[in-house]
Amino acid sequence: MSGIRTVEELLKLEPEAFDITVFGAEPHGNYNRILLSPVLAGEKRFEDIVTHDRAWYARNGISLHTGDVVTAIDRRRRVVVAASGLEVPYDRLLIATGSRPFVIPVPGHTLPGVIAFRDIHDVESMLTAARDHRHAVVIGGGLLGLEAASGLLRQGMNVSVVHVNDSLMERQLDKPAAKLLKAALEKRGMRFLLEANTAEIVGSERVTSIKFKDGGEIVADLVVMAVGIRPNIELAKAAGLHVERAIVVDDSLQTLSDPRIYAVGECVQHRKNVYGLVAPLWEQAKVCAAHLAGLGHRRYSGSVTATRLKVTGIDLYSAGDFIGDKDSEDLVLRDPGRGVYKRLVLKGGCIVGVVLYGEVGDGPWYFELMQKRVDISALRQRLLFGRGYCEPQAA
Amino acid sequence: MMDGSAPPAVPPTPTVLTTCPYCGTGCGVAVTVKQDKVEVAGDALHPTNYGRLCVKGAALGETMLPKGRLLYPAVRDAGALKRVSWDSALDQVASSFQRIIDEHGPDSVAWYVSGQLLTEDYYVANKLVKGFVGTANIDTNSRLCMSSAVAGHKRAFGEDIVPVSYEDFENADLVVLVGSNTAWCHPILFQRLVKAREKRPEMKLVVIDPRRTATSEMADLHLPIRPGTDVWLFNGLMSFLHQHGVVDTAFIDGHTSGLARAMAIADNTAGDLRSVAAQCKLQESVLAEFYRLFARTAKVVTAFSMGVNQSSSGTDKVNAIINCHLLTGRIGKPGAGPFSITGQPNAMGGREVGGLSNMLAAHLDLDAPAHRELVQTFWQSPAIADQPGLKAVDLFDAIDSGQVKAVWIMATNPVVSLPDADKVKRALAKCELVVVSDVMANTDTSAYAHVLLPAQGWGEKDGTVTNSERCISRQRAFVPAAGEARPDWWALSEVARRWGLAAQFPYQSAHEIFDEHARLTAAGNDDEGSPRYLNLGGLVGLGKAAYDKLEPVRWPVLLPPPHAGGGWGGGGSTGGALAEEKMPPPQSSPASGEGSLMVFADGRYYTPDRRARFVPTTPQMPGGRLDDDYPLALNTGRVRDHWHTMTRTGLAPRLATHVSEPFVDLHPQDALLCSVREHDLARVSSAHGSCVVRVRMSGEMPRKSVFVPIHWNAQFASDARVGALVNPLVDPVSGEPEFKHTPVSVEPFMVAWHGFALSRDGDPNGTSRDGDLKSLTADAAWWTKITGDGYTRHELAGRRSDATWASRARTMLGATDPEADWLEYEDSTANIYRAALIVGGRIEACLFISPRPDLPSRAWLSSLFAKDQLEVADRIGLLVGEPLARGDDAGATVCSCYGVGRKTIEAAVRGGCATPAELGAKLKCGTNCGSCVPELKGIISEMRAQAMAKA
Repeated sequence: MSGIRTVEELLKLEPEAFDITVFGAEPHGNYNRILLSPVLAGEKRFEDIVTHDRAWYARNGISLHTGDVVTAIDRRRRVVVAASGLEVPYDRLLIATGSRPFVIPVPGHTLPGVIAFRDIHDVESMLTAARDHRHAVVIGGGLLGLEAASGLLRQGMNVSVVHVNDSLMERQLDKPAAKLLKAALEKRGMRFLLEANTAEIVGSERVTSIKFKDGGEIVADLVVMAVGIRPNIELAKAAGLHVERAIVVDDSLQTLSDPRIYAVGECVQHRKNVYGLVAPLWEQAKVCAAHLAGLGHRRYSGSVTATRLKVTGIDLYSAGDFIGDKDSEDLVLRDPGRGVYKRLVLKGGCIVGVVLYGEVGDGPWYFELMQKRVDISALRQRLLFGRGYCEPQAA
Repeated sequence: MMDGSAPPAVPPTPTVLTTCPYCGTGCGVAVTVKQDKVEVAGDALHPTNYGRLCVKGAALGETMLPKGRLLYPAVRDAGALKRVSWDSALDQVASSFQRIIDEHGPDSVAWYVSGQLLTEDYYVANKLVKGFVGTANIDTNSRLCMSSAVAGHKRAFGEDIVPVSYEDFENADLVVLVGSNTAWCHPILFQRLVKAREKRPEMKLVVIDPRRTATSEMADLHLPIRPGTDVWLFNGLMSFLHQHGVVDTAFIDGHTSGLARAMAIADNTAGDLRSVAAQCKLQESVLAEFYRLFARTAKVVTAFSMGVNQSSSGTDKVNAIINCHLLTGRIGKPGAGPFSITGQPNAMGGREVGGLSNMLAAHLDLDAPAHRELVQTFWQSPAIADQPGLKAVDLFDAIDSGQVKAVWIMATNPVVSLPDADKVKRALAKCELVVVSDVMANTDTSAYAHVLLPAQGWGEKDGTVTNSERCISRQRAFVPAAGEARPDWWALSEVARRWGLAAQFPYQSAHEIFDEHARLTAAGNDDEGSPRYLNLGGLVGLGKAAYDKLEPVRWPVLLPPPHAGGGWGGGGSTGGALAEEKMPPPQSSPASGEGSLMVFADGRYYTPDRRARFVPTTPQMPGGRLDDDYPLALNTGRVRDHWHTMTRTGLAPRLATHVSEPFVDLHPQDALLCSVREHDLARVSSAHGSCVVRVRMSGEMPRKSVFVPIHWNAQFASDARVGALVNPLVDPVSGEPEFKHTPVSVEPFMVAWHGFALSRDGDPNGTSRDGDLKSLTADAAWWTKITGDGYTRHELAGRRSDATWASRARTMLGATDPEADWLEYEDSTANIYRAALIVGGRIEACLFISPRPDLPSRAWLSSLFAKDQLEVADRIGLLVGEPLARGDDAGATVCSCYGVGRKTIEAAVRGGCATPAELGAKLKCGTNCGSCVPELKGIISEMRAQAMAKA
C-alpha cells in the first residue's frame, strides 16, 4: 500500500521522471488492507476495497508483476532479480515489503485451521471456515485481533479471544476504557480469556482445541493468530542494507546504506520507530515521493498515531501517551449511562494523550491540538466537554 | 421527629378574606383553598391594598406547607425533645412557672412575645402577666422596631397615636421618607404613593437615607445623610422654619407647650445651615432645597421607619420630626402629619393592648395609679404590676445574670433578631426554664427550649391585627391547624386555668377576647376618667357572627361599624390611589374615610394639660465609635423578598431568587482597603460577634458604611446571624436597640474551594432530601441554603483542598448504589470536580466544586429539576452547566478519522466537489484510512441523481 501510494505521489509531482516497474507477491492489483475487517464482517465486498486495478497500472504506463516475488537485489549491477528469473535494472529502488504476522511457534501452530489475519487470502479462509466450522479462537486482544474476532462473530461463529495481558488493547487503551470495550463486546457474545498463555494447539488433521500453560483447554476449529507483526526485511538484509528491527531510513526515507535505495511502510525503522498503522505510511509516502522526484522539499520527522477500532457500533479513539506519568495531569469524564468515557492527558498545558470511548467525534480535534502542541490552558475547563463548548460556532 | 407528616386533606372552601402576615402595611388577602394548593390574591375591597399584593404576599400560597412545622408539644428530656400531650406540657409550664414565682417572686419570670401575635393572643398574655403574675416583665420584638415611635408619640401626644392615614400619605403635596426603604419593606404602601404621584406629578418625594435604595431612586430629592445625624437635620429644619416664619402661631398657642426650650435647643445645635450640612455630610444646596421645599408645602407627611427608630437616639429623632409638624401646625389635617410606618403585621395591636413592659393596657399607663386601679378592677385581678418591666435587651441580660429564671417566648426568634445575639444564646442556654411557642419545629431559638408548644400559623389562627394606619382587620382561618397546633391565647388561658384562674380566663373563642379588649378601651374613657383616643366602644358586644364579618375599621371606633348600621367618617371617601385605578372605593369600608380628621383635628391631646408637647432634642452621635479595629459602620435591614428570620419566606421558591445569599454591601473604596473582592466571602466582625457573607458592591453604599440583611440564620446559613454583631446599645427612653450603627471590620474569608449543590426535595409534604447533604454542609467551612421549586440549593465553600471528591461525592449526594446513573467530571490537579445523579431519566442531584468562585450559572441547572425526563442534550450539557450551543448540525459522522459529518459533505458536494479526492482536498474526509471513500462515492452519486431528478 505504502509503495503504491508513493508511486501515486511521485506521479503527481514528476509523471515523466521514471519508467516504473512494480513487483507484488499477491496475485492481483492492490487493495486497502485497512478495510479487510469490514470485508470479513461482510460490510464491504473485495471490489469495494480495491484501490488500484491493472487498468490503473496500464493507464499510468507502469509495468506490474503480480505473484512474482523479488528474491535478490544486486546493488553493484543495480538490478532486482525475481523468482521468475526476471531481472529489472533500477536507478532508484523503493522497498515496500511491509510486514507479516507473527505466529507464536507453539506446538501445532502449523496445523490446518490455524491462520493469521493479514491479507485477503486470510479473510477468504476465515469466511470459508465460518461456513463449516463453529468455534473460532482469536489469539491476541489487540486492534487486529478484536477486528478479526468481531468479524467472525458477525459470520455467526462462537468466538473466544485469548489475550496474554489482563486488559484489551493495552497499547491503545487505559484500563477503564478497556473495561467498557470488553463489556460491550461480551454483550455481543464474544468471550474473553485474559492473562492466558497459549501452550499448545491441539489437533491431528485440523485444529481441535487450544491448551494453556495453566492447564486450561478450549475447543477450537479455527485459530486466528493476531499477536503482532514482523517487518519483512530478509531481502534488504541479504542485499547488505543496514537493518535493525527493520530497514533503517533517514528523514527522507532513504536507506542509510545505499542512496539509490529508499524504503517506506511497515518494513522501515525511522528514528527507532516502526509503524504498523496507516497514517504514518501515507506521510512517509508523500516525503519519499518528493525525494524520488528530486525535489527534496519534504522531510519526515515521525508520526504521532491515533487509533480507532473498526468494529461497527463501537466508538473508540486513542492517541498519544494515554497512560501519562507523575508529571502529567488528567481530565476525566464518566457517563456510564450513555456509555461514555473520556480522558485527556495533559502536560505543560498541552494535550499529550487522548482516550475516548462511546463518543469519539472530537477525537480528531484533540489529535490536532495534540500534534500542533496547542496550549489549551484557556480551554481547560470546557475542553473535555468537546469542541462545541470551546468554540460554539464550530459545533 | 416533629415535622414531616401532612395535615389532614383540606376540602375545597369558598374564598376567605384575611390579612397578610408580613409587614405593617396590613394588606387584605383573598384566599381560596384548592385540593392541591392555596390560591392567594389581593382582597379587592380592602381599603389598604384594593386587590394589590407585593411579591411576598403573592407568594403566601407557597408557604402553606407542613414542611418543618412544629406539630406536637414537646418537652426536653435528657437533652432530647420528646413528644408529649398538651396536658402534660401545660402542666409542666404551669407548675414550673409557679414554683419559680413562689421561690423568687413574680419578677423572676418573663414573657417575650411578638408583633406577629394576634391582638387577642397579645391581650391574654398581657392580662395574665401584668394582672395575675403581677410583673410587667412582658416585652415584645416590637421593642426592636417601633418602640422609639411609641415613646416619641407618648412624649409629644400623651398617647401612642399615629395621626396619619394612608390617604393622607396620598393626599400630601410633599412626602418625606426618613430611614425607610418603603419600596422594599412596605411595597403596597409605596405603590399607593407612586400611583398618587402619577396622578399629581406636582407631588414631591424626598428620601432621607444613607443608602441609595429602590425608594430613593424614585425620589425628587435624596439626602444621603450621614448615619445617625437625623436630629441635627430636623433641629436644623425646625430652626430654619422658625427663622423664615413658617410657624402656625395659632396652633402653637392654642394646642402646644414647651416650644421655647425645644426651639432654643434646635437653634443652638443646628441653627446654621452650613454647620448642619457639614454635620450630616450633605451638600448645603441639597439641604437648603429640602428645607425650602418643606417650608413652602403645607400638606406634608413625614413618614419614618427603622432608620429613625432603631437608634440610641431614636426617640429624640421621632420628636425632632414631630416638633417640625407641631411648629407648622401640620398635624390632624388631611395630607399632613408625622407618620410612623410599622414593620410587623400587628405591632400596633400589641401597642393597643399594652403588650410592652412599660405599658399597662389599652393605652393606660403603669405609673398612673388611677389607670392601674381602672385596669385591676376591670380584670378583677389580685395584683397589678406597678412599675415598668424589663425591656427586650435588659430582659435577656437579666436572664443571663440569673435574675430572670423562666421565660416564655412566643412567635419570635430572639437568638437571631436581638443585638449581641450570641449573648442571648448563652443566656438561654443557662436559663432554668425556656418555653417556646412557635409554628416551626427548628428555629435558632427553639434549640434552647425546654418546652416547645405548637402554635397556629397564618391561615390557621383567627383574630385581629392593626396596621400602620390604625386599621383593624381580621385574620381568618382557612385551613385546619397543622398537627396539634393551638391558638396562643388558648395555651395561655390553659396555664391560667391551672393556676385557678379559670374564671378570669374563660375564653372559648377569639371574639370573646376581642370583646373584652374593646370594653377595656372604652372603660373610663371620658374627660372625667382616663380619656384616650384609643376607643373601640363601637365594637363592644359584636358577637361571633358580627366579629367574623368585621370589615377593616380604623380606630377610634365610637359607633358600631357600618354593616351594623351607622359608622364613622365612612362617607366622602376619596378611596385609595390603587382603588381609583382598579375600582371605585367601597363605601362599606370605613377605613377609607378621612380618619385623619378624627385624631387631633380638634387640637386635643391627652396630656395632662391637653396640649401637645414640643420635646427638646439634643443631637447625639450613635453610641458605637468607629476606630482602627472597627473602622466601618454596620447598617442592617431587610431585602425585598424576605421577612424577619425567613421562617415563612424561606419556604417560597419565588422569594429565594431575588437575593439568594446573605451579603455585605460596601463601597468599592472600603472593599479595596479591606482587600475583599466582589463575590468573594468576607468575615464581618464587631466587638460582639461576627458573620461570614458574600461581598457585594451595589454602588448604593457611602464610604465607611456597610449593609448586611437581617434575615439569614442558622437554619439557612452556616454563619450569617447579623444580630450577633449588633451592639446592644439602646435608646435611653424607648429601650430600642441601635441596629443601624455598629462599628465593624471586614476581612477576606479565605477558602480553598467554592461549590454548589442542587438536590431534589423529597415529597412536597416535607421530608426533604437535605439529609443527604448534611455530610456536605458538615464538610464545608461556609454554606447557605436556598429553597428551589422542588429542589434545594446549597452554596458552599471549604478549606480542605484535598482532591478526594470522587471518593466522597457519591455518599454526599446519596448515590450509594454502585449501579446508580452517576455522571462525573474530574480535573484533580486543578481540584475541579463535578458530578450528577440521574434517577429514572430525571436529575436528582448535582455538585460543582472549583477552587475559584467561577462556577457555572445555577439558572439552567435549576431549570432541569422541572423536567421529568432529561433530553440527551441536557445530559451532555449537565456537567458543563449549560446546554450545548446550537451550532450547525454536522449530521451523522461519515469520516471518523477527521470527524466529518454527512451534512457537511453534502454541502461541499453542492459546493462543487465531484469526487472523493476533491472532497478530501476540501474537508480531509477519506484521506486517512479511506474506509469512508465508498460512502463518499455513494453520497456524490446520490446527490447527482437527486439533482438530475429535479432538473
